[in-house]
Amino acid sequence: MKKITKATYLKWYEDMLFWRKFEDKLAQVYIQQKVRGFLHLYNGQEAILAGALHVMDLEKDRMITAYRNHVQPIGMGVDPRRVMAELYGKKTGTSQGMGGSMHIFSKEHRFYGGHGIVGGQIPLGAGLAFADKYFKRDAVTLTFLGDGAARQGSLHETFTMAVKWNLPVVFCVENNGYAMGTSVARTSKSTEIWKLGLGYDMPCGPVDAMNPEKVAEALDEAITRARKGEGPTFLELKTYRYRGHSMSDAQKYRTKEEVAEYQKIDPITQVKDILKENKYASDKEIKAIDKRVKDLVSECEKFAEESEFPDIQTMYDVVYEQKDYPFLPHKL
Amino acid sequence: MKTIQFREAIAEAMSEEMRRDEAVYLMGEEVAEYNGAYKASKGMLDEFGPDRVIDTPISELGFSGIGVGSAMNGNRPIVEFMTFNFSLVGIDQIINNAAKMRQMSGGQFNVPIVFRGPTASAGQLGATHSQAFESWYANTPGLKVIVPSNPYDAKGLLKAAIRDDDPVIFMESEQMYGDKGEVPEEEYVLPIGVADIKREGKDVTIVSFGKIIKIAYKAAEELEKEGISCEIIDLRTIRPMDHETILKSVKKTNRLVILEEAWPFGNVATEITYQVQSQAFDYLDAPIVKINTADTPAPYSPVLLEEWLPNHNDVIKAVKKVMYKD
Ligand SMILES: Cc1ncc(C[n+]2csc(CCOP(=O)(O)OP(=O)(O)O)c2C)c(N)n1
Ligand SMILES: [Mg+2]
Repeated sequence: MKKITKATYLKWYEDMLFWRKFEDKLAQVYIQQKVRGFLHLYNGQEAILAGALHVMDLEKDRMITAYRNHVQPIGMGVDPRRVMAELYGKKTGTSQGMGGSMHIFSKEHRFYGGHGIVGGQIPLGAGLAFADKYFKRDAVTLTFLGDGAARQGSLHETFTMAVKWNLPVVFCVENNGYAMGTSVARTSKSTEIWKLGLGYDMPCGPVDAMNPEKVAEALDEAITRARKGEGPTFLELKTYRYRGHSMSDAQKYRTKEEVAEYQKIDPITQVKDILKENKYASDKEIKAIDKRVKDLVSECEKFAEESEFPDIQTMYDVVYEQKDYPFLPHKL
Repeated sequence: MKTIQFREAIAEAMSEEMRRDEAVYLMGEEVAEYNGAYKASKGMLDEFGPDRVIDTPISELGFSGIGVGSAMNGNRPIVEFMTFNFSLVGIDQIINNAAKMRQMSGGQFNVPIVFRGPTASAGQLGATHSQAFESWYANTPGLKVIVPSNPYDAKGLLKAAIRDDDPVIFMESEQMYGDKGEVPEEEYVLPIGVADIKREGKDVTIVSFGKIIKIAYKAAEELEKEGISCEIIDLRTIRPMDHETILKSVKKTNRLVILEEAWPFGNVATEITYQVQSQAFDYLDAPIVKINTADTPAPYSPVLLEEWLPNHNDVIKAVKKVMYKD
């Protein structure tokens, strides 16, 4: 594994803080109704992405996830201003305003979405890996899913084939404790999700995912295995989401105390503490990072605000590759 | 009469039927402890307990099929989809099992089940969360399809659906749950397969159903000011369709506009158009006009979504066109 150094910690701090503040900004502009629809925020789960990016080969590896997907593409290299613009429904957005919050994509940066149907991305992740194996490329695909998604048939069908065919994919459950208002224990007798891998003879295990180092270690092993042609791994990344499922969630299913417990082991605080303990950064340097983050978030907002809405014709142009497809009229 | 919300009409219908018949249960994601993703089953866990109001994992294929199996063995399940977009994960159990079981078993196994939940768009939710599958389900022999547009119809028709001995698809809308309307204090059940004339008129017939019918009301009010009188038929049931009510109205007005929130290719409006031209051709004074959503997946961006969806001005334009007033 690439060594975890002072530079890693500094990067982790800046990246994670930026993701957190980016999401906070979205919550704010959502209340102002500049961003609409559903809005699922990543706050609390940042260590997963930080750890993953440290061990991925960003020149070739791939990533796919569900609808809680604003910051992963940014981590993969997508311009955050374009992600913000997508949520504003602007033509400068990653999908020209077609996808919105749940559907961020970047072919250039090998980020394959952004999927709104729970579990829908699981076979797709295996399929991306199928093509890499087929064409003898040594890329690995990280396929993320929620604890709720682990109960979809798509996971079980995909696992059978992914193991049998030795696909270079890592399946990562981000177990944040809840699927909307449903705790893991309430709809499943088995609460240790990683054990699902056992039934498929897939290497599997739990990971403390509030800590990016732990995530990096576990993922490094899994990615190495996949790259060597030894097939998939199933990891249960134990994490927590601080905000509601989406913006309209009254959160009656959990206590404030529970949220506070997790905030004590907040990934960003953990990393910041290490920066301080090891004197990796002075207070002044940390302040400078905080300011950079704040400025970049403002820049994203400004870019999104000032961008234009797409032309009506775009709605048709993006559906088919065929240029002159004869769409039916729908009104006079 | 009392005034209640659409979501309360749904909860009342289910609760009354569960009190009446212990074979009825409710199952779906977030229906119990969370009181329903849109609070359409509020209070039901408290009243009926976890054996009859059941939270499921996100396993639509599994719980749709468990519902069908239990219906073959004495239950009368109500299966809730958080939205019908997610019914696609379980649609095999609906089309291949629920709809065909009675026929395949030569009439031995009927499947008294209701699949219910919201349909169609509900704001800027993007392509996978804005779909209307009424015509898909209505295309399938063996199913009945109901889409109410107000609390009164919703309550009376949901009770009928639960009592029906065949599988029923019952479609609501996130954007209707807060709508208020009057319902009788006493019990009532409405017949499946009967359309309702929501507004009487003489110049043009507008056929619609579900939440989009509200833009027809708005258009009709504006047209009234210009001296154009619209008759608005709410289908309420898509399959079986009440052709008689439509034909009678068209024979009176001689003009037909159909408003349906769905993609234009082979939809419910297409079926109505076929029936009317074949049974009332000589009564038509103008070609039928249908208004739908654009022939594309739903876009997220607000300006595009506005274009994608029908609005009341589209209805006004269509009415004027069939009256040759444009
Ligand atoms: C097939 C399907 N069923 C239901 C939904 C509605 N829904 C959206 S998110 C969600 C909960 C998913 O929870 P989890 O997989 O744990 O992911 P998290 O939101 O915690 O990241 C549900 C039920 C959906 N989008 N797709
Ligand atoms: Mg979850």
